[in-house]
Amino acid sequence: MTEKTALRHRLAERGVDRQLLLLLPALLAVLILFVYPFAYGMGLSFQGGLGAYRTFFEDAYQRDTIWTTLQLALPAAFLNVAASVPIAYRMRGRFRGKRLLTTLLVVPITLGTVLTAEGLLNFLGPTGWFNRVLLDAGLVDAPLRLTNNYWGVFFSLVITGFPFAFLLILSYLSGIDPTLERAAATLGAGWWPRFHRITLPLLAPGLATTFCLTFVLAFSVFPSAILVGDPAGTTRVISIAAYHAAYEAYDYSLASAIAVVMGVVELAVVAAVLGVRSLFYTGSTGGKG
Amino acid sequence: MTWLRLDGVTRRFGGKDALSGLSLDVEQGEFIALLGPSGCGKSTALNCLAGLLPLSEGSIWQDDVRLDTLPPERRGFGMVFQSYALFPHLSVRRNIAFGLQMRRLPRAEVRRRTDEAIKLVQLEEHAGKLPGQLSGGQQQRVAIARAVVLEPSLVLMDEPLSNLDAKLRLEMRTEIRRLHQSLGLTTVYVTHDQEEALSMADRLVVLRDGRVQQIGTPEELHTRPANRHVADFMGYRNLLPMTVTAVTPAVVTVEGAGLTLRGTGVGTLAVGDEVVAAVRPEDLQVGPDGVPVTVEVVEYQGRELAVEARTAQGTMLHLRAVERPTPGDRITVVADPARVLVFPA
Amino acid sequence: MKRRLVATPGAWLVWGAVGFFFVMLAGVIGSVLVSSFGRRWFDTWLPESWTDQWYGQAWTEFTLPAVLVVTIEVSMLVVLISVLVGVPASYVLARRKFPGRRLLYLLFLLPILMPPITYGIPLATVLYKYGFAGNMSGVVLANLVPSIPFVILTMTPFIEQVDPAIERAARMCGARTWQVFARILAPLLVPGILAASILVLVRTVGMFELTFLTAGPDSQTLVVALYYTMSAAGIRAQQSVDAMAVIYTSMMLVLLVVALRFVNPTQLVARVKEDVD
Repeated sequence: MTEKTALRHRLAERGVDRQLLLLLPALLAVLILFVYPFAYGMGLSFQGGLGAYRTFFEDAYQRDTIWTTLQLALPAAFLNVAASVPIAYRMRGRFRGKRLLTTLLVVPITLGTVLTAEGLLNFLGPTGWFNRVLLDAGLVDAPLRLTNNYWGVFFSLVITGFPFAFLLILSYLSGIDPTLERAAATLGAGWWPRFHRITLPLLAPGLATTFCLTFVLAFSVFPSAILVGDPAGTTRVISIAAYHAAYEAYDYSLASAIAVVMGVVELAVVAAVLGVRSLFYTGSTGGKG
Repeated sequence: MTWLRLDGVTRRFGGKDALSGLSLDVEQGEFIALLGPSGCGKSTALNCLAGLLPLSEGSIWQDDVRLDTLPPERRGFGMVFQSYALFPHLSVRRNIAFGLQMRRLPRAEVRRRTDEAIKLVQLEEHAGKLPGQLSGGQQQRVAIARAVVLEPSLVLMDEPLSNLDAKLRLEMRTEIRRLHQSLGLTTVYVTHDQEEALSMADRLVVLRDGRVQQIGTPEELHTRPANRHVADFMGYRNLLPMTVTAVTPAVVTVEGAGLTLRGTGVGTLAVGDEVVAAVRPEDLQVGPDGVPVTVEVVEYQGRELAVEARTAQGTMLHLRAVERPTPGDRITVVADPARVLVFPA
Repeated sequence: MKRRLVATPGAWLVWGAVGFFFVMLAGVIGSVLVSSFGRRWFDTWLPESWTDQWYGQAWTEFTLPAVLVVTIEVSMLVVLISVLVGVPASYVLARRKFPGRRLLYLLFLLPILMPPITYGIPLATVLYKYGFAGNMSGVVLANLVPSIPFVILTMTPFIEQVDPAIERAARMCGARTWQVFARILAPLLVPGILAASILVLVRTVGMFELTFLTAGPDSQTLVVALYYTMSAAGIRAQQSVDAMAVIYTSMMLVLLVVALRFVNPTQLVARVKEDVD
């Protein structure tokens, strides 16, 4: 046996052969379109040493965008997940109209930023239907201010994020073998112990994943922060800062630095959540899938 | 006449030997069973033979043509998979015809041979159905028909009966053996079920941890297992660690845990050696002047009763009884020295 | 089920929350819909009179046909390329074990996990540098970044479900690699590929950030064009924006209805498959 074939044999035993070439196009695409630009951006951000980062962190107006974004994204993600759990738990079984209901819940995904923004401005605005109902019912004396501020953006995050979280959690719940709960019931557990001692621990990894995905969605908030928010003040999120730096100040170094900071903050939150998740049971959920 | 030769076939996964140095000569028309517990390398051996796994070392020859460098589709073997692996989107007929179409045979011949194969496995009424609409046994028949319709020089079967229920398994055993004989096939059959292997095969290859333990006819393996592992696999349920106290040319006497047994030594043994005495439950009988034991569990097994009993020192013995003892009964058991095998530990 | 629904207050709370969500949703959609058909609407429950002029205006003034053509072209190209590139990769990831597999999977996961702005800005800069941005090729390239990984993540579990023994069986029947692919694998993967394509289509039509960052005046998709009209307030009547938003949503709804014929609602948001029962 020649040296070359020997090497090929050894590689084949470890699972390396020509079939892996099928990975190449996808790998190249991700390397060229994602990794390289990211690295390029990193390079840009360090062009003046740490200058760009210093500019960002020394300017309270810029620095605070991190906090502003987290203040929006964390409660929105938390609410979306927390509200989804009891609703999905109640709907995990089969009932008439379940498919219709889940289909209706997908509708917000099709709305798009602009319709959601327009709708919120119309509906929750000072002369919108919502405030009219409250006024006519005598619940408030003056219209509530729910748009062009924090709440407008928050609502838009709930409208797009809640269905997403709900559908994910519903699918995780359906993946848990229902006989486990029945088994617990035969052992004398009522619905609350069944939920929090059996279902919830098995759902925990799914919850963490859902929270991460919903958080990522909310953390990237950009157009709705401009359209229904207060983009110069209370909802000046980090994406706006990055966009302004790049396309209004033409400071690509600063823009890249902000993008890097944004990525780091987001990954830090995701890593923290996944870290907490790893403390829980992570094996199979007894489902058939 | 040797027709297929495996020469030191070895397969490693990530530096670990899954199969090492399998050498085997197969004659035309033979039914060979590869037998062993899961993870013993029997499926690896079959996949190497099929060409689905490249060899790490060794070679495979058929009539002096080297096979192991050919891809599976050019070896001309048929294979039946444990999961049947029927094409779920093709009807029974098109599943069976697939291989013939791959060989670009004329349409009329494809039709004729497919019809024959469908008839052979008695699926005429189901030819138009999709695999998902068939029962497990019927799917199994389709898988067999698909493999034999090509008139392969060698049929490989990977635990084909393990997904069937007990009754169907017995029927299909006979069915496969009948097909093997009537079509004059050469078959290599992988199983972990020793009874299945013993009843179907002309010769058995017992594997353990990737190594061949013994190759022989069912009778040879049944009566003269080469070592304690093969004995364990061949139904010697009583494997008792003991020490040799006396050796004569015919009989070895061993003692341990309060028992004294006389048996036949396998290999050379000397006084003081640590050994394992192997006895089948059916060779331990209730009889006078034997070892006193207390009955613990009795299971009804048709003609006989399977009994678990414990000696005063706490060693558990498996035996057979004709008359039903009651748990708690004290009985004595004896063993025929010719049926007690003594292996080096 | 019905009996318990009446019985427990917990059920009322849950259904109440769902009801509230849907009322809000209906209010949001309804107000846009009503507004898009209203002539003048200030400080009243409903507009003073009705008209469909805003739709006509959107169609003619706003060059909606051109924008729609761009949207369709971009999404089709993205779907086609991401399927062609993603499916072979997911095949290898589903079937093979090799050193670095987990790392690679993580690499493919990352573009989905990162906010589009974080890589969109440097990507747009790079694309401008090489002359791709500001035209359709740039928009397509940028949208491939999350789409290829998305195809991979959707298809990998799908391919894992196909019994690998089926491919081996085809080989044992004498099929060559391309025949295994064409006759066995492709027909089995069609449903999965269809589902992945539709999901990518929906996501690409809805993708704002990446298209926004890379599009030129002639390569805007509908979302981006909408954003520009809305944020350029004052230039255009609000009802006109509403009409366009309704058009956009109707288009997405059509896509959604088509998508739901092939995939489960939960798959629209995730790759987790719902259990059959």
